[in-house]
Amino acid sequence: MSAEIAEPRSQRLDPKYVRGPKSRGNFEMLAWLFMRLSGVVLVILIFGHLIANLLTGEGVNGLSFGFVAGKWADPVWQFWDLALLWLSMLHGTNGVRTIINDYAEKHATRAWLKGLLYVATIFIIVLGSLVIFTFDPCIVNSPLPQC
Amino acid sequence: MSKTSSGTLYRGREGMWSWVGHRVTGVVIFLFLLVHVLDTALVRVDASAYDAVIATYKNPLMALGETALVAAILFHAFNGLRLILVDFWKQGTKYQRQLLWGVIGVWVVVFAGFAIRHLSLAFGGH
Repeated sequence: MSAEIAEPRSQRLDPKYVRGPKSRGNFEMLAWLFMRLSGVVLVILIFGHLIANLLTGEGVNGLSFGFVAGKWADPVWQFWDLALLWLSMLHGTNGVRTIINDYAEKHATRAWLKGLLYVATIFIIVLGSLVIFTFDPCIVNSPLPQC
Repeated sequence: MSKTSSGTLYRGREGMWSWVGHRVTGVVIFLFLLVHVLDTALVRVDASAYDAVIATYKNPLMALGETALVAAILFHAFNGLRLILVDFWKQGTKYQRQLLWGVIGVWVVVFAGFAIRHLSLAFGGH
């Protein structure tokens, strides 16, 4: 006669209850900490982004290729946008990862959804970084006078 | 899980609803972020193609969409700062409900300021 006892779900267990080397290290704690640290930085980066692009000058009507070229002529804005891209994508990806883990109950479904998420994340981060680093103000149809 | 409508600290109350709001706004912002990087990537392809796509952001219907997006961003930002206080400030869990009302108050003020400025720029000119 033996009763089935479910595996405890808590990560912090008395050592005598730990079964096997199943731990993922402290990845989840680091992910939790990253959400808080990146969150604070993102508040500053996004507020600056919205103020510069939508609230000053002509606002949304002032946006154009020339506006982007003007901003990225300044390395501070290049760095600002690069940091915004990386932090927002990693913060958002970790958030969606958590949601997938919560709601997708089948192992295969979880694996597929997270695989799709990570492919999209890598694609967007690589694409965005390349766009910022290889920006050419004299590209096809550029309206800038120096081109 | 309690099956009655009373007697829980979390379920159906401020804590749960702020968590729901944080998730929903987070997903909305993430989906826009994917689109926004793709539309910005057009600056690397063709200047007039970028301008044509950006022109869609300037029509009145999209201006309302942008206002809703910023409403989501502002809630996620202020509630995120509240979460940090709940996690790291010693009194955070005790005052989490009051902090949520603070978040809502700051959100109303900042959102009103943004909406007035953005909508008058978007509907006003050119």
